[in-house]
Amino acid sequence: MERDTFVLGGKEFTSRFILGSGKYSMELIRAAVENAGAEIITLAVRRTNTKKDENILDYIPDHVTLLPNTSGARTADEAVRIARMAREIGCGNFVKIEIMKDSKYLLPDNQETVKATKMLVKEGFVVLPYMYPDLYTARALADAGAAAVMPLASPIGSNKGLATKEFIQIIIDEIDLPVIVDAGIGKPSQACEAMEMGAAAIMANTAIATAGDIPAMAGAFKHAIEAGRAAYLSGLGRVLERGASASDPLTGFLRD
Amino acid sequence: MVQVNGERIDAADGVTLARYLEQNGYKKDRIAVECNGEIVPKAEYESRVLQDGDVIEVVSFVGGG
Repeated sequence: MERDTFVLGGKEFTSRFILGSGKYSMELIRAAVENAGAEIITLAVRRTNTKKDENILDYIPDHVTLLPNTSGARTADEAVRIARMAREIGCGNFVKIEIMKDSKYLLPDNQETVKATKMLVKEGFVVLPYMYPDLYTARALADAGAAAVMPLASPIGSNKGLATKEFIQIIIDEIDLPVIVDAGIGKPSQACEAMEMGAAAIMANTAIATAGDIPAMAGAFKHAIEAGRAAYLSGLGRVLERGASASDPLTGFLRD
Repeated sequence: MVQVNGERIDAADGVTLARYLEQNGYKKDRIAVECNGEIVPKAEYESRVLQDGDVIEVVSFVGGG
């Protein structure tokens, strides 16, 4: 069988699990990455002070591609500024655009996200925009040169699962880019379901960070994502609108 | 007087950015620096002299989603 991979910015990835690194201790990152089999990990950019000596980069295995986000940005200009700083740290040119004006629901601002995508693609970034699952926005992001689109499943950190399922399916069906389901995926079964729908990958953070055993949950997600991918590639069995269909022969019964 | 990450600090006159960062324990390969809204490329840390009134941001990666 051909190797099942997907490509972002010219880089080929085998793992379809993009792991977040927020809200848990750096000491657990290596074990989580290992159990997740993750090849991409997200990070944030923040002001640094020298009092705390440890740096998250010391805990991330070298083979892992870093995907800095632009969290904290409220406008396209702010996202561009954060992306430039992330690239200047010197760990590649991938960026996840995350632009929010709303601090209660943390919903992404699709218009500003399209603007930022245009600007950052021009500057040579590999752009992965986090978005509210809207087909027109997804098209605009594709036209702007995004490497993938990252529609949200439900509000960030909520662990509520695929609240936007129908709209993500439309994007998967209509957009010729990897669709990475991001935000709100709370458990492995939900990650599996999104993969069965044809998502290219899953991004999860809070589901792992708030689990009882963080590395073990990272492993559970890995298996669920692989199962969902295999199911998608296999072609799911059909659903009957009504009635039933026997799995057993309808002849040779032990009667008459 | 310069401002670093929102705090006003006294930096000695004529100190280079490279020296300031080193004295304060920043690791060059772990940070990015912005001065007055513009990125300072790492290659320019040695030649960049801090000026009175400079607004500097020093950032690094932290955990995030």
